[in-house]
Amino acid sequence: MRYSGFKVIKEALTGHKGWTPAWRDPDPQPSYDVVIIGGGGHGLATAYYLAKQFGGKRIAVLEKGWIGGGNVGRNTTIIRSNYLLDGNEPFYEFSLKLWEGLEQDLNYNAMISQRGILNLIHTDAQRDAFTRRGNAMILNGADAELLSVDQIRARYPFMNFDDARFPIKGGLAQHRGGTVRHDAVAWGYARGADSLGVDIIQNCEVTGFRIENGVCKGVETSRGFIGAGKVGCAVAGSSGRLMAKADMRLPIESHVLQAFVSEGLKPILPGVVTFGAGHFYCSQSDKGGLVFGGDLDGYNSYAQRGNLPVVEDVAEGGMALFPMLGRVRLLRMWGGIMDMSMDGSPIIDRTHIGGLYFNGGWCYGGFKATPASGWCFAHLLAKDEPHPVAAAYRFDRFEKGRMIDEKGMGAQPNLH
Amino acid sequence: MIINHPLLGPRDAQEFTYLGDASLIDRPDWQAEDADRKFYEYAYLRDNPAGLHRELWFHEQGDRSWLVVTRNTVTHEITQVELARDVARARGRSA
Ligand SMILES: Cc1cc2nc3c(=O)[nH]c(=O)nc-3n(C[C@H](O)[C@H](O)[C@H](O)COP(=O)(O)OP(=O)(O)OC[C@H]3O[C@@H](n4cnc5c(N)ncnc54)[C@H](O)[C@@H]3O)c2cc1C
Repeated sequence: MRYSGFKVIKEALTGHKGWTPAWRDPDPQPSYDVVIIGGGGHGLATAYYLAKQFGGKRIAVLEKGWIGGGNVGRNTTIIRSNYLLDGNEPFYEFSLKLWEGLEQDLNYNAMISQRGILNLIHTDAQRDAFTRRGNAMILNGADAELLSVDQIRARYPFMNFDDARFPIKGGLAQHRGGTVRHDAVAWGYARGADSLGVDIIQNCEVTGFRIENGVCKGVETSRGFIGAGKVGCAVAGSSGRLMAKADMRLPIESHVLQAFVSEGLKPILPGVVTFGAGHFYCSQSDKGGLVFGGDLDGYNSYAQRGNLPVVEDVAEGGMALFPMLGRVRLLRMWGGIMDMSMDGSPIIDRTHIGGLYFNGGWCYGGFKATPASGWCFAHLLAKDEPHPVAAAYRFDRFEKGRMIDEKGMGAQPNLH
Repeated sequence: MIINHPLLGPRDAQEFTYLGDASLIDRPDWQAEDADRKFYEYAYLRDNPAGLHRELWFHEQGDRSWLVVTRNTVTHEITQVELARDVARARGRSA
């Protein structure tokens, strides 16, 4: 069924009786050409592009819970392509371009809003670093603009510009950045993939791999064995747990990241603002809630909930930047499990096991990557060679010394 | 989280900084034949278990000792706290 304004009006006038489920609920087949593990944004996008762009047939997505119940439905919805390094920036810019055409492609309203993202500058050294990053972005075909304090004041007059510790001295803006309704991304890709014949199988947990003579023949699941020509793993925060079943140790630790949303307010915050120095970033949802977050809790966790010290730290950062926040009440807070890699950048690669492919290490930035991650993983699964913009996302980069470490933090996942 | 420091008693986890898996105590032999492979595994690969995890915490805002904390990564429950020094000595890692 195609969605349109006309269809909405027609259904409104006829009692909404004509809507059909957006995707089927099939039982698993005994085998598929490609099985994708994980019904998050990346798994669903992979299935969609595999069927649509690369002529894939007989594809299934296996999800242990319900689609969209993982990080794709827990993130703070920010999209951007403001990276410095050559291994990253072309990939994220490819992703941003895919976002720009996504709703038309999927015929689904994902509420993509290019309201702009602003990274605040507080020191001369930071201005130098951000200027360099902006130039790297422009060289890779992205947009970037260095803003003066007056330009920022005109758009965000309510910020605390004269904080004693972190006075605002400027900012790096990417006007094409913004926010997306995250659940709609999972649902839109699911609907698109389903309409191309992909089986989306929920409540189906992968419990093991069947590996014979170094080749993966399929997966053991809570709904029985499912054979597969190729298996693609895209389980984000559960990567370590899943790949351990194939006896793999990964350059990844799982960490918890918290996020927060306030009660609904009138429109006050026009774009996304990040205050890296104060461990705080914020945007306002279309419902009016301020959506914000800060740093990782900082210790290995699979708990999907964090602890109070980070809540306090985020609240302090928020108050330092937006003093007007003081009387706003918090509505909800939650946590998600991040697949933090050893250099802060992702992996889209084959494994040493035949027919077994891996997509993970997205850290706290994988939502914006969803379209490109899906496209590039589908490319790898279909052609057995990396997509050019994802060619650096290899497993062996750690062994070869080719880390893609945007922040220069080294092998310390909780600092990326 | 409260970490029950073996010398100082219960302390707020906020006083500590976190390093990671306690296997970092087991630094490979730099003269071994396969030292490059071993150091790659040591520096970059992790078990990353869901469940009991032995990990290194540094009491930065306290007595600056290193601890090995056994903690459940699913519930955050801490079941054992040892001085890293004692753990390292027991493994023959330190004088
Ligand atoms: C609080 C928070 C804020 C964030 N903010 C941003 C942001 O502003 N911008 C941004 O770009 N990124 C952000 N991220 C990161 C982003 O959400 C993730 O990197 C991204 O969603 C991960 O990919 P995914 O959508 O495929 O993951 P998920 O949605 O987690 O999908 C993985 C799926 O795999 C399933 N699964 C796991 N194990 C198995 C198994 N054994 N068998 C079957 N299925 C299994 C899970 O149930 C899950 O549904 C944020 C994350 C969090 C938690």
